Amino acid sequence: MLNTQGRPTKPERAEPSTAPATISGDRGLDHEEGLIFEIGRTDVTGVDLPDIALNSDRLGGLRRKSIGLPGLSEPETMRHYVRLSQRNASIDASLYPLGSCTMKHNPRLNEKMARLPGFADIHPLQPRKTVQGALELIAELSRWLMTLTGMPAVAMSPKAGAHGELCGLFAIRAAIAARGETRHRILVPESAHGTNPATAALSGFTTENVKANAQGCVDLASLKEKLGPDVAALMLTNPNTCGLFERDMIEIADAVHAAGAYFYCDGANFNAIVGRVKPGDLGIDAMHINLHKTFSTPHGGGGPGAGPVVFSALLAPHAPLPRMVHDNSGLRFIEEMADAEDAGLTPFGRMCAFHGQVGMFVRALTYMLSHGADGLKQVAEDSVLNANYILASLSDVMSAPYEGPCMHEALFDDEFLKDTGLTTLDFAKALIDEGFHPMTVYFPLVVHGAMLIEPTETESKATLDKFIAVMRALATEAKSGNAGHFKNAPTLAPRRRLDETLAARKPILRWKPQ
Amino acid sequence: MRYLPLTPDDRRAMLAKIGAHSIDDLFGDVPKSARGARFDLPPHAGEIEVERTLTAFAERNTPAGKMPFFCGAGSYRHHVPATVDHLIQRSEFLTSYTPYQPEIAQGTLQVLFEFQTQIAILTGMEVANASMYDGSTATAEAVLMAHRITGRKRAVLAGSLHPHYADTVRTMAGLASEIASSPVAPPGHAEDLASLIDENTSCVVVQNPDVFGQVRDLKPLADAAHAKGALLIAVVTEAISLGLVTPPGDMGADIVAAEGQSFGNALNFGGPYVGLFAAREKHVRQMPGRLAGETIDADGRRSYVLTLSAREQHIRRERATSNICTNSGLCALAFSIHVSLLGEAGLTRLAKLNHAKAIALADRLTSIKGVKLSTPAFFNEFTLELPRPAFAIVDALVDRGINPGVRASRLYPREPKLANHLIVAATELTTDACIDAYFKALKETA
Repeated sequence: MLNTQGRPTKPERAEPSTAPATISGDRGLDHEEGLIFEIGRTDVTGVDLPDIALNSDRLGGLRRKSIGLPGLSEPETMRHYVRLSQRNASIDASLYPLGSCTMKHNPRLNEKMARLPGFADIHPLQPRKTVQGALELIAELSRWLMTLTGMPAVAMSPKAGAHGELCGLFAIRAAIAARGETRHRILVPESAHGTNPATAALSGFTTENVKANAQGCVDLASLKEKLGPDVAALMLTNPNTCGLFERDMIEIADAVHAAGAYFYCDGANFNAIVGRVKPGDLGIDAMHINLHKTFSTPHGGGGPGAGPVVFSALLAPHAPLPRMVHDNSGLRFIEEMADAEDAGLTPFGRMCAFHGQVGMFVRALTYMLSHGADGLKQVAEDSVLNANYILASLSDVMSAPYEGPCMHEALFDDEFLKDTGLTTLDFAKALIDEGFHPMTVYFPLVVHGAMLIEPTETESKATLDKFIAVMRALATEAKSGNAGHFKNAPTLAPRRRLDETLAARKPILRWKPQ
Repeated sequence: MRYLPLTPDDRRAMLAKIGAHSIDDLFGDVPKSARGARFDLPPHAGEIEVERTLTAFAERNTPAGKMPFFCGAGSYRHHVPATVDHLIQRSEFLTSYTPYQPEIAQGTLQVLFEFQTQIAILTGMEVANASMYDGSTATAEAVLMAHRITGRKRAVLAGSLHPHYADTVRTMAGLASEIASSPVAPPGHAEDLASLIDENTSCVVVQNPDVFGQVRDLKPLADAAHAKGALLIAVVTEAISLGLVTPPGDMGADIVAAEGQSFGNALNFGGPYVGLFAAREKHVRQMPGRLAGETIDADGRRSYVLTLSAREQHIRRERATSNICTNSGLCALAFSIHVSLLGEAGLTRLAKLNHAKAIALADRLTSIKGVKLSTPAFFNEFTLELPRPAFAIVDALVDRGINPGVRASRLYPREPKLANHLIVAATELTTDACIDAYFKALKETA
């Protein structure tokens, strides 16, 4: 399957800008900023280090002659990056309802804790007796994750959600091999994140789509038809990407297990049920948890994330290295395959160097301790309440493909834009001029022109009311025939619509000297 | 709870608007048997209590800064300028996400475009992506990319590739392909990799400086690989070395996979770090991960956007070049800011300083009877052969307040011939007093 929606676009019908030209090219607080390769020089540096004479070297004749890398003084560096930062939308500045991404408030206590020298300034291969606190922290976070999911084991090392998916499927592959079987197929609903089929392919499986029913959930009959002795696993997101709880979870799990397959749950949407429902009570065998989503380690403009994977007792023996063990001198990791074999363990391998995203573990545990069991339950409830409030407040002027209630995200399609000549993308771009980051668009693929809105629990009712008022006004305007406003949007952002087709056809991926 | 803005009145009003009697109505699809879950976890806590708990964990560790410190082997302790940590904590960088809406993400996109250019320049390559998770996963992705380019399924790994990297490659790229590894040669000695390359080989993976710190010319190996139609993948775990050592691109590498932690990122007990990934331009459509590219907006102004997405999972799904989605954005930003601050002038000074400190340390330690240098050519890390097993010496030195390096046996537990070897790193943070203390302690222990 190829996602043909939301492919590279060109600005169409955009009228020339009406903003007055300035002499500098800057506009008030919005500054044009050149590339460091244009404003820097190779003989400038913002770091005072002694320039020692290196008369002889031990580089085996491999000394580099020149680099060609420009530098900036410290004030120039500060100004460059501050100006660039001011061209980004962020959660701190406004609602960022990007469905499937859980853009919630990032507490700064988490950042402060991660920067304690006892966490930030320890080396992954320091002797164990100098890092017992870090190992205890990882053990404690593991306990929280296992308790919240109701699962008996967890692999902490995967570096992001997609990396966790890979970890889960590798464990499933190993478990099937240990049974002396080979199975080739992974079943994935059409509504799945693109990472699911990509992960299945990367782990050597072929994927097959499972149909959805009219209610936006897995069609149980169709699933049962597809299950067979060649199916290794079902990968299912729950709550699913349409923002719905898969109400047949237990029947699905039973059917999967009856066919000798494993049930992988994509935990991207764990925020909707954390502290309220244990995925382990739903019959799953593995699930990754995006710490940067549910547990608010920041998104950082695209990472770093962290994607620990919880396992059922059946898959636990195959969890990857490193494995934490407790012996008479405290905690330690088993890090090498040879040591694992000596200890009688059967890990499927190693996901990455060292022990995973420990800096993110500190932030996640800080977040969990702050909320506690009661606060996390409230997180799930408020995130679901906020999404349903949006769904209920917009359903009459927009079009929702499925009946509510929803979980923590509200899904709309582009039916309400029919005959307006406008697309989901046009609608999203108009939202930018109103000061909001748009929702996720054109995902999930099962819905035409999808708009997936995830407000999260950290938005106030006042913010939601303002957003709802704007959305209602835009929907009404779209239907009134004022297409020009939408086609031109955005006009108030640092940039108007970009020529993405040009970028893909003639890729310029780096600066080059003229 | 301080992070949750809704009041009880808000909740009541919102439920009324939705037409629900209680919050439980919204969870009606949860199977009955999974309702009412109980969790054996403490209740919420204020900043004061949480800070106290976390600080107690932190205080049971001994930070590198507390004692003379010489550990490397894939993770290096360097000075991070104060500017870096301030800038990466700006709200607009810290609390944004992947730049899906380029009109309001030009900050992140221009940073990525600059980052890609810096990586290309540093590695001597033509193009680079917007980051991978870390050096080890970047290496595995490089092997998979070589398989796609060559249509072959056999990778040859150097025995002196960091063992965690080798294990990651075997795990992530080992399915339906063969991963051959050369036996580990004594540190500092060349391995015979050329003889392992055959007509089915897609790539040879070699680290420079290698896990023992040895620097070597990759050109002969690149020629040997190319003669058989295979690619050379060069791995760099100490990116500061690119300031003083001939870059992989100048020695015939086709793909470079590197760990970028040394620039702008703290040790963090092993993560998060930032994977660097560079290649030749002709292979760009086989690259994994995100790419930022230049274009124009509707008013013709220069702008940046994520591009060539037809390689990626959200478009191509099971036929994507990789399943990666979230990468290492903020660590890449830290890297890029540090590199911008340094520039060529600063980086050259920094790299020279690292090399000089390592030379001074190596000379001093090898003046001890029975302590031998195994790696004649090195950058800021080298391997010593000690007169007795490194395990006991490391243990004794740590008790004396010195963190003397990473024993090779920790990475190669089944190589008895490496039992006495110790991998030692020096950086710009290594002082003369640190070197003196190490010398004195080792002399009395070895």
